[in-house]
Amino acid sequence: MSLVDGGKLLLTNGVTTIEGTSGGGVAKWSTIAGRETDRGIGLSGHVTLIKLPDYGWQSHGVAVGIANRIELSYARQNFDTRDVGTALGLGRGYTLNQDVFAAKVRLAGDVVYGDALLPQISVGVEHKRNRDAPVARAVGAAHGSGTDITLSATKLFLSHSVLVNATARLTKANQAGLLGFGSAGDDSHKLQFEGSVAYQLSRRAVIGAEYRTKPDNLAIAREDDWWDLFAAYALTDNLTVTAAYVDLGSIATFDNQRGGFLSAQIAF
Amino acid sequence: MFLLAAALLMQPATEPPVDWDKEFGVEEKVRDPATGELPVDPYVQTNRNAGATPFAGSAMAAGFGGQDGIRRIANRTVELSEADPRIGEIFKAHDMVRLKRTLFEQFCYILNAGCDYSGRDIASSHKEMGVRMRDMNALVENLQTAMREEKIAFAAQNRFLGKLAPMSGDVVAR
Repeated sequence: MSLVDGGKLLLTNGVTTIEGTSGGGVAKWSTIAGRETDRGIGLSGHVTLIKLPDYGWQSHGVAVGIANRIELSYARQNFDTRDVGTALGLGRGYTLNQDVFAAKVRLAGDVVYGDALLPQISVGVEHKRNRDAPVARAVGAAHGSGTDITLSATKLFLSHSVLVNATARLTKANQAGLLGFGSAGDDSHKLQFEGSVAYQLSRRAVIGAEYRTKPDNLAIAREDDWWDLFAAYALTDNLTVTAAYVDLGSIATFDNQRGGFLSAQIAF
Repeated sequence: MFLLAAALLMQPATEPPVDWDKEFGVEEKVRDPATGELPVDPYVQTNRNAGATPFAGSAMAAGFGGQDGIRRIANRTVELSEADPRIGEIFKAHDMVRLKRTLFEQFCYILNAGCDYSGRDIASSHKEMGVRMRDMNALVENLQTAMREEKIAFAAQNRFLGKLAPMSGDVVAR
């Protein structure tokens, strides 16, 4: 029997979040990346593009799932400031970059099986290293790197074909860390919430909505909560494409950052 | 073993062949002429063995095409699984005639289509099979294929799977 058993039920590895963890795209889920089951190893890779009025986002990364118990992931985020770069004196098209190293452990439950009311519960850690720390500090951030702690519960309620997810996140991150962590005036971890509701249309298709609250640490720019409407489709057992409409609110004083999200995930 | 074989070879040719099944007390199982099933050890029959409470009302039974549709789904699930390179081996050692009947009864009982379940409970019927999570997922996929072929609405498929999913702990070997 192959170690990379690829036996996980379709879509139950979730899709990849902007932080490279398994989830719904913007919100993190308790699911474990990769298509492995309880005795195998799974692998996944992803590329995500987000097009906003004043910014462009590109991220990519890899994840390993071990025995549907442990997820280890890495993602590189590249945030193109386009003309905002000029306005901030960074230069046109200045790109903010960040590395995210994450680990997640499933503590209890299963997203599909077992007690119909017991969700899959996972705890996670995300260590984010902004590669443009001087820029982050210039806008008022206290740190160029930070660590989030997350606790997620996710369940597919088969009786209604509805998946519900709730994640609590302790974080100092400004705009997910792209604008650094904390500020001189506010440098404590804040408890934030990420929620997802999704409806399974078929074995291969799911649609849903997500909401993610964020701290608002920086004095120079307001930070808004995020939300999105998404559709994910498993083109094959290994390739899943996610398209979404995302509203990322105000980013570095540029309001109404709403646009399109497209992500491809390959998983084994 | 080697000596035993040598001793056998030296026996006079006129000796009648040894019935080793009889010598070792192996009882030959004979299929019931009426049902075509192999006999099983006795156990207490109760609908509780089905592992789930049935749906209320007749909507789910109708959605699955009544007993005829449910029988086709149960049979097809077993046939797909027998032919499935991922899990076919697990099925080989078992009585497929009996499995098709008991699986039909379980589905029919849970879908409230007018059956009683006469099989064993889920834990003891899967004991020592060594079923792994990936095997159970393969079986679920085969059941989904069978339901899809019968054009069962996806939401109804999931509702039915929702009755079966909590049994996972009794199916998968720890």
